[in-house]
Amino acid sequence: MGLNLIVLVKQVPDTQNVGGDAMKEDGTVNRAVLPAIFNPEDLHALEAALVLKDENPGSKVHIITMGPPSAVQVLKDSLYRGADFVALISDRKFAGADTLATSYALKCAIEKVGDYDIVFCGRQAIDGDTAQVGPQTAEKLGINQITNVSKIENIDIKKKEIEARRSIEGGYEIIKAPFPILLTVTDEGYPPRPPSVIRVMTYKNASAEMTEAGYDESYIDSSIDRISETAINLWDINAINADVESCGLAGSPTKVKEIESIILKSEDIKMVENTEDSISGMVHELISDHTLG
Amino acid sequence: MSSNNSVMVFIQQDDAKVADVSIELLSKARDLANQLKTSVSGVLIGSEVKGEAEKLIQYGADEIFIIEDKRLGDYTPMPYTKIMIEIIKKIKPQIVLYGATTTGRDIGPRVASNLKVGLTADCTSLEIGDYSSKGIDYSNILYQIRPAFGGNIVATIVSPEKKPQMATVREGVMKVGTPDSKYKGKITPFEVVLIDSDFPSVVIRKIKEEKLVDLKGSQVIVSGGMGVGSKENFDLVQELAHVLGGEVGASRAAVDAGFITKEHQVGQTGTTVRPKLYIACGISGAIQHRAGMAESARIIAINTDHEAPIFQISNYGIVGDLNDVIPKFIKAFKAKG
Repeated sequence: MGLNLIVLVKQVPDTQNVGGDAMKEDGTVNRAVLPAIFNPEDLHALEAALVLKDENPGSKVHIITMGPPSAVQVLKDSLYRGADFVALISDRKFAGADTLATSYALKCAIEKVGDYDIVFCGRQAIDGDTAQVGPQTAEKLGINQITNVSKIENIDIKKKEIEARRSIEGGYEIIKAPFPILLTVTDEGYPPRPPSVIRVMTYKNASAEMTEAGYDESYIDSSIDRISETAINLWDINAINADVESCGLAGSPTKVKEIESIILKSEDIKMVENTEDSISGMVHELISDHTLG
Repeated sequence: MSSNNSVMVFIQQDDAKVADVSIELLSKARDLANQLKTSVSGVLIGSEVKGEAEKLIQYGADEIFIIEDKRLGDYTPMPYTKIMIEIIKKIKPQIVLYGATTTGRDIGPRVASNLKVGLTADCTSLEIGDYSSKGIDYSNILYQIRPAFGGNIVATIVSPEKKPQMATVREGVMKVGTPDSKYKGKITPFEVVLIDSDFPSVVIRKIKEEKLVDLKGSQVIVSGGMGVGSKENFDLVQELAHVLGGEVGASRAAVDAGFITKEHQVGQTGTTVRPKLYIACGISGAIQHRAGMAESARIIAINTDHEAPIFQISNYGIVGDLNDVIPKFIKAFKAKG
């Protein structure tokens, strides 16, 4: 008896390697020049699920992402690393979603997948740094959560219980809780495995296919040699039975009023020559005004 | 004054002691409430926490709602969320603030998701102002201001159509007001029926890890960024910190590059600091970093690029290679100090 595992992942612009041309003149972000990557902590969440799958034969790892068609890349990457089932939820009507509308769409997609024991998410995505979608999805599903999980200490399949280590300020706590549960995973305990060469060969030409007719369960019996062309499920708003009023901009209570890149003003900076005398003078000033010493 | 339409603060307690961030938020809530001509309320949930309620009033709280239950000693999401939802539905505050701590960021999104209201994460500033959209004017709206997109921009977020407007607010950014022991507020027990199934999570144990890095408590912080170049070069940053009796900080880029561990990270996703002296070595000064250190009393920037944004917020700027500048700094301090 294995575990039914779902991992929520996101493709994000690589905000941590922002070059000089990342911001436009008007202060908005030039997304076109930022490479799209697998959100780093989501890779750790995927790894945590794959570790559980390795330890509990018969387990299945399902991946769900929401995004534009180009987001299939993170699904292919998930397949390369060991995922069993992947789905992209994509629809123009999801555009402009804040974390609330996003969590609603993800909840609908999770319910379409069906029974699950554990839902995994990365702690937060590097483009928003909000850490909200995980807990918001858990609330919509009506299930418990453990956020900031650095390590799964124990899984009791019979009792359907998990013991996890949760990072908190100044230390950690060990939480015990029953399934179903949503975990948000930090980048501490699960360094991602590399893609498997065999799986890359199998899935590199995988493409998205509409499965509006309903959820295809044939994957359950499939192994790695399944037909790769149909490996990626593409679900639109109807496929996940989502209410249009709760999606995208319409379902988002938060609005961006203003975005600006801060214009820094040089106040009274004192430039100090890179010489022993000048630096010594600065140190003297700092000591005499009690900043140092 | 009734707490209806108030500015409400979720009061976080750890081991029955109120968290610093909650005091900061009460102080900010007082400011906002004065502008909005309304009251400040607080929600204190725990096992035996009544003793903490009195001191909250000194920071300008008009009413503290208390929910006590033996099972509520440790924070867990399900019962705490249930309580917050019930109290918000009953009291109808216009604003609810949470600390952007592991607790606040655990409960805030759940409450928002349930009530279908907006929540802005990790705000660094809150203001009151007007907002217009699609021909509708909203007055006295909460501006929720936060760095976004890896800290490269600052976004002002509003959620004008739904009440309450909610935000998690970063620790250390709101100033604590002066306590006033004469301030009059009331403490009101609030009843929520809790059954055993409301407590699926059990905290088996809590482990305190000794703080090897104490950024908040340090008067001097010497930080390194990508410009440091390598893990080995960080030794020089450490040495300067050691000589000055300070702590070592780092930018997110330096942490991501593996130069130093995450506990040292200063900035939007790290620790917010306000030391007497902050020395930024090889840090360009992305807003995500500045958000965590711009309030330092004195800032020294050492950078090879004279156009690095860090210079714009510094009191002293040295254009040069830190490997060359830091030894001179150490020598000068040792000679004077």
